[in-house]
Formats: sequence, C-alpha cells, structure tokens
Amino acid sequence: MLDIHHIHKTFNAGTPNEVRALQDVSLTIDEGSFVVVIGTNGSGKSTLLNAVAGSFIVDTGAIRLDGSDITAWSEHRRATKVGRVFQNPFSGTAPNMSIAENLALAARRGMKRGLGWALTRSVRDELRDRVRRLNMGLEDRLENPIGTLSGGQRQALTLVMASWIKPKLLLLDEHTAALDPKSADQVVQLSQDVIARDKLTALMVTHSMHQAALLGDRLVMMHRGAVIHDFSGSEKSRLRASDLLARFEDVRRADRLDESAAEMLRRTYV
Amino acid sequence: MLLLIGAMTIGLILSLLAMGVFISFRIFEFPDITADGSITLGGAVAAVLLVAHVNPVLATLAAFAAGAVAGSITGFINTRFGINRLLSGILVMTALYSVNLHVMGKSNVPLLSERTMASVADTWGQAVLGASTVNLAGWAVNVRDLSVLVCCVAIVAVVGALLYVFFRTNLGTAMQAAGDNAQMIRALGVNVDNMVVLGLALSNGLVAVSGALLTQYQGFADVQMGIGMVVWGLASIIIGEALVGVRQLGFIIVGAVMGSVLFRLLVAIALRGGLNPNDLKLMTAVFVFCALVLPGLVRRMKRPRPVAATN
Ligand SMILES: Nc1ncnc2c1ncn2[C@@H]1O[C@H](COP(=O)(O)OP(=O)(O)OP(=O)(O)O)[C@@H](O)[C@H]1O
Ligand SMILES: [Mg+2]
Repeated sequence: MLDIHHIHKTFNAGTPNEVRALQDVSLTIDEGSFVVVIGTNGSGKSTLLNAVAGSFIVDTGAIRLDGSDITAWSEHRRATKVGRVFQNPFSGTAPNMSIAENLALAARRGMKRGLGWALTRSVRDELRDRVRRLNMGLEDRLENPIGTLSGGQRQALTLVMASWIKPKLLLLDEHTAALDPKSADQVVQLSQDVIARDKLTALMVTHSMHQAALLGDRLVMMHRGAVIHDFSGSEKSRLRASDLLARFEDVRRADRLDESAAEMLRRTYV
Repeated sequence: MLLLIGAMTIGLILSLLAMGVFISFRIFEFPDITADGSITLGGAVAAVLLVAHVNPVLATLAAFAAGAVAGSITGFINTRFGINRLLSGILVMTALYSVNLHVMGKSNVPLLSERTMASVADTWGQAVLGASTVNLAGWAVNVRDLSVLVCCVAIVAVVGALLYVFFRTNLGTAMQAAGDNAQMIRALGVNVDNMVVLGLALSNGLVAVSGALLTQYQGFADVQMGIGMVVWGLASIIIGEALVGVRQLGFIIVGAVMGSVLFRLLVAIALRGGLNPNDLKLMTAVFVFCALVLPGLVRRMKRPRPVAATN
C-alpha cells in the first residue's frame, strides 16, 4: 500500500543550521495496517509524515502509494489519496467558515470543484448525520464559524473531514497532543473507531506511551532520522508502556555513551 | 438633491471596486495594489471600445476581462515566482500605466456622443417617464440622472448577488478556504496558488468594471483616474463592516455597497462644505489610517478582560 524506499531529507543543507531530518528511511505498510510512530523530540517523525503528505519533496528515495509513484506529486495532488489531521487544532479547519462549509469542503477532497452548490440538501443531511454521530451536540451549531469551537471539537471534526472520503492513507501527527486529557481520550477513541470501521491504513505519531502500547498493530520507533525499532504482530501486542519507556532509556544511554566517546576522542586527538 | 443622486451613483459604481478590494484584502489578505491600475484599465478599454461603437454592455464585459487578466498576472508572478505580494501588485500597476496609455493612445479619451450605458439608461428612462425632468419630492430631477442611478442600483444588485452565489459554490468556498487556511485546503486537494490567481482575476475584473462604469458615467477615461482607488475601496469596506457589524458574507457584501455610498456622500458633503479637492486623497488616507489604528487603541485603553479558557 505505502512503500517508502530509502528516503533522505536534509533541511538547510550546506549551512551551519543543517539538519539531517531523515536518513535513509525505508518502511513498507500493508493495506489496513495501523502503524504507530514514536521517537524522541526531533527524531524526524513529523518530517516522515510530511514527506508522505508532500509538504516537501524528498532529496532522494521514492515513495509509492496505492500503486502510484507519488515521489514528485504536489501536496494537493497527494490529497486525493491522503487524509490528514495535524497536531495543531487550528491547522485542519478554516476558522471563519461554518462547520457545515468546512465539512462540505472535505466531502470533495481531491475532486474537481466547479460552480455546483456547495451545501446541497443531500450534503447537508449527510453532514448532519455524521456530526450527530460524534455525540458532541454540534449538529445544532452547523452554521457557526468553526473557529468558535474548542480544540477537541475541532480535532474531532478534522478527523471526520479527513476520513469523509475513505483515504488510502490516514496521517495523524500527534493530533491529541494539544488537547486536555479528556478531549484527547475522546479523539483517540474516535480515531480508533474510524480506522476500524473503514478499515483504514493509518500512520499515527504519538508521544503517549500509553496510546502507543494500546493502539495499532505495528509500532515504529525513530531516532535521529532513522527507524531503530519495528514491532508487529504478537510482539507489538505484548508491548507495554513500560517496555517502551525502557527502550527510550536505552536510546538515551547510547546517546550519552556516544557523547562521552566523542569527548574522549577529542581529548585524546585534538 | 442633485448632489445626493450624483453621490449615490458614484458610490454605487465604486461599490464594485469595494467588492473587488474585499476579495483581495479580506478573503486573501492580499494587499493588491493592482486595483489602482486595473480600474483605469477598465475605463480605458471601455472608452476605446465605445468610441469604436461597440455595444456598451460588451464594452463593459471586455473591461472585466482586461481587469481579470491584469489580476491574474499579479497572482501569477506572486505564486509562481515567489515575488512578495505587495511588490507583485506594484509591478503590475506600474506596467499598467503604460498599457493604459497605449490602449487610449493619449492620456484622456472623452465620450461625447457615443452610446454608453448612461445614455442607454437615459433613453429608456425618457421612454418610460415620457419627459426629461420629473418632480421628486418637490425637486425637479433630470431623468438622465435618475435613470442612471436606477441602472446602477440594478447592476450592483445583480453583481452583488452573483458574487454571493459564487461564494456558496464548491469553487467559491474553496477560494474562501484558501484565504482562511491554506494548509487545510491544500490537505483537501486544492491548489492554493491557482485559487490566488483566480481570486485576483475576479477581484480586478470587478474593479475594472467599476472603472468602465465610472468612465461611462462621467463621460471620459483618464490615465490618472485610478490613483488612490485601493485606499478608497478599503475605506468603503471598513465603513461597511462598521455599519453591518456581522462577519457574514451576505452582510459584508451589502455592507461594502452601503459603505461605498456613505463614504461618497460624506466626501460630497465635505467638498460642498469647502474641502479643497486637492486634499481629498490625504483625507481618505488619514481616514483609513484612523480606522485601522483606533479600534486597537480603544481596546488597549479598556481594561483587558479575563480570557475564557478554551476546551
Ligand atoms: N521545515 C524545516 N526546516 C528546518 N528544519 C526542520 C524543518 N522541519 C523539521 N526540521 C528539523 O528536523 C528535525 C526533525 O524534526 P521533526 O519535526 O520531524 O521531529 P519530530 O520527531 O516530529 O519531533 P517532535 O516530537 O518534537 O514533534 C528537527 O531537528 C527539526 O528542527
Ligand atoms: Mg512532530
């Protein structure tokens, strides 16, 4: 389904601020698989998702999705296949437009947009149904600007929008990180439901070891722009939050060793 | 009375300018200075075609097309070459000055006996009323002035309604979203660059129609007629927003029309009251400056209210 083939991405190449955000990442994800991505800050998780979504073009390597080579596709073209929820609740919705208009925009993700009426009766009926299923009482506020809603409500609606037309791939980048614990749980639950119901292929980044242990059928751990662990099947289902924390501790210890080794080398040779 | 009718007519004509400026400044937050050039372009194209005996409606539509081309060039050099928005507009506006001179062949094209929308409205008005002056609330009013006013009301109503309908279509909502949250609409498969180009085309098309109508009303096109018009449109929108107070599309469009008419009335009264016409642009600029700065000052002077927690 998704085939990431030896991709590299360096930001600000050739300057003192050079960051090698992705270093030879390869990942193949089967149809219907729900992959959770964890990793330390700055390990390249968002960069990986952005590379797939097309926020930038990778330096080298190839990305195939659903039988097409999308490596050189623009972001809006990839949107025909990819649904996306961002970390920032403000990113996924147009604040000054109504809830209904936002959803109607999502109902045509990746399709041609002509001079047809945006909010036809059938679209309106369907969006009211879908919003009612969220159980947030938003179905009575469809005409309100979406910017007046809370972060949790906006993330829930963004999720509805991203999955309105079944995406070949759903990308979730720490989409609950900016929410209070209660809303975060609600949105996680909703994500799980949507992914299970529509049998979506999904890639989700999280900082919560609890979510990482609980969700998905595969877990990928990143560090310094590379994939360092990849658990699936029964190995993944046996993982606990505490195991993951131990892995992070290993990574930190290795980093410290690296640093002290570098220090030692410098003292010896410089 | 004459003052009132004249001011309302010009106010209505310039409300199309305000609608154009609304699209660039408010929907896209794109400070598009092209409008200064495209209003003249609209006037120039219409005047030259009218002198060549082209149907006034066709001449006005041609002005729309010319303005749309100018706007899309601004959008194109901004989105494809990454030139700063303000500078893109300035470049096209500057280029348009020469283009307009070429179109007109001289700096001023008078419309003496040509058939214009104004003269057509006059003919119709006289046919309906059967006289060349009518009595309106005790004032003798020239039928020509009255018919032109009615004609402008009709045109502005139609254009305003079309614009409203457009922004409720799939394309129109996508355009609004492109201005509101580009990241979001890109993730929904819309090419934001194309939306900017299209939006500026629409904006400058409307501005050019405004110029074409103004030319037909005042009976000439002049290469200088566009100077400061963007600020004028902005002033109309600011007044309109204060008048209607609601940030809803239909109200904003109506507000822009009301703002434009009211602003023109205020200007007419000020001129009557002895304002030196040379100071008009200065006063307009000062007005817009105050309208932009005052709300912030007032807010800062009031005590900050506790912000309600989100979620
Ligand atoms: N557009 C950019 N320009 C320059 N550097 C960038 C850009 N995007 C990311 N980086 C850098 O690339 C590295 C990886 O960033 P990325 O956002 O992918 O990390 P992350 O794993 O998502 O971290 P976090 O957990 O903090 O979200 C970081 O060092 C970051 O500073
Ligand atoms: Mg991140």
